[in-house]
Amino acid sequence: MRDLVIIGGGPAGMAAALAAREAGVEDILILERDQALGGILQQCVHNGFGLHTFGEELTGPEYAWKYIDKVVEKEIEYKTETMVLSISPEKVITATNATDGIFTVEARAIILAMGCRERPRGALATPGTRPAGIFSAGTAQKLMNCAGYSVGREAVILGSGDIGLIMARRMTLEGAKVKAVCELMPYSGGLARNIQQCLHDFSIPLKLSHTVTEIHGRERLTGVTIAEVDADRRPIPGTEEYISCDTLLLSVGLIPENELSLCAGIALDPVTGGAAVTAARETSVPGIFACGNVLHVHDLVDYVSEEAATAGKSAATYLRGAQEKNVDLLLRTDGRIRYTVPQKITEKADTTVYFRVAAVYRNASVSVYSGEKRLFTKKRAKMAPGEMESITLPASVLPENGELRFILEEEK
Amino acid sequence: MNLTCIICPLGCSLTAEICGETVTVAGNGCPRGAEYAKNECTNPVRTVTATVPCGKTRLPVKTDRPIPKAEIFSCMDRIHRLTAVAPVKIGDILDKTPWGANIVAAGNIEEA
Repeated sequence: MRDLVIIGGGPAGMAAALAAREAGVEDILILERDQALGGILQQCVHNGFGLHTFGEELTGPEYAWKYIDKVVEKEIEYKTETMVLSISPEKVITATNATDGIFTVEARAIILAMGCRERPRGALATPGTRPAGIFSAGTAQKLMNCAGYSVGREAVILGSGDIGLIMARRMTLEGAKVKAVCELMPYSGGLARNIQQCLHDFSIPLKLSHTVTEIHGRERLTGVTIAEVDADRRPIPGTEEYISCDTLLLSVGLIPENELSLCAGIALDPVTGGAAVTAARETSVPGIFACGNVLHVHDLVDYVSEEAATAGKSAATYLRGAQEKNVDLLLRTDGRIRYTVPQKITEKADTTVYFRVAAVYRNASVSVYSGEKRLFTKKRAKMAPGEMESITLPASVLPENGELRFILEEEK
Repeated sequence: MNLTCIICPLGCSLTAEICGETVTVAGNGCPRGAEYAKNECTNPVRTVTATVPCGKTRLPVKTDRPIPKAEIFSCMDRIHRLTAVAPVKIGDILDKTPWGANIVAAGNIEEA
């Protein structure tokens, strides 16, 4: 029996482990699938990480090493190249690796920190052939940054999520010609600064309301047909344009990786694709917590670390038997606000609620209602789906039970 | 001139007006944004990151300070000529550039 087992040794898993140790948990085991700790940060060699947490601009690997060094210093046990196969609702973990074979670990508490996966080509149903040269942006990033492959010479990128934008720059720096970034929506899903420093800096065109309608080539990709889409995101006939290229990168969304959560009988939020949690980041199964991109996809690793620290601390509180559940509040959204994390509040304390909006809204306010009573409101000049927002509800405004409705109101 | 600040993830929309030798900046959420806008109008700079071969693996590298934007591709040429030898630690200098920045290791590799 172990006190705390953490599934995943990326930024979330490491920050959760360190916070749990800080809060007094001695017996911690991290299980990591990859060859080393660090998770996806190891392939994110660009800078811009850690400004919020460390007050300096770090590359992904540098940010990871800050945590790896601490995990080693605190002598937190971890196993790499270890794949977790299942978790039971009774918190028995089955895992496998080359030295231990298949083994089980019983845990008093578990923190899920498995991260997310990229939406693949198969999820898009783009017509055409199936040649080589089509990669998800993160796969291309790993091939280029960790294995040293050039990936391609002439590329089109579908989707303007941050990884796609970062890869547009990376491929350009490595001598490739990025001919266009096509985005289905009328706005980019990436951070404004990445549009500037990854596309504008290199005069790479960003084609909003455009998608790839056909893939050409037999052995290797020879080109793609792109077209403009209407308000219903259907291609507009007559707007097709052929672009020759040997590489198509897909940056079309990330999906929290929750197969293990489902094994454990954890209830998922259909919007986030991750577990529905309390402010302590506890899932519907007592003693199992979740944090980072397995819970909901974050824009910034700094916020992953922050959330993971909450989960680590909460797991420590759970292990001490000191959880306080003195309110029972369900958080509801209006559709314009797509989701909130947490989805429940069970403790009367100042609570930061993270959320994403469904479209771009200007001069709008986010209000929180309990019945007809407005508890809290916050104005924002601009909100966009690509940027996670948050509000902090003071403990004093929280009622004892019922629903908290999150409403977005635009100013007339 | 309309700019998007790249200093932090907020990505403030900035306007910069050049009047002779002085640049007036508006829209910045912090002093770093003002500095960015001034640089952008006079001498835009960027940090360059990449990876270089190190035995069987690759070492992430970066310029330890931003370099002039116009020199990004010259900097990449220098990076392409580099190989690292383990052990190597974050901050180890691999190359000194003519632009006041060093190309340094941005990862740790213990053994060869």
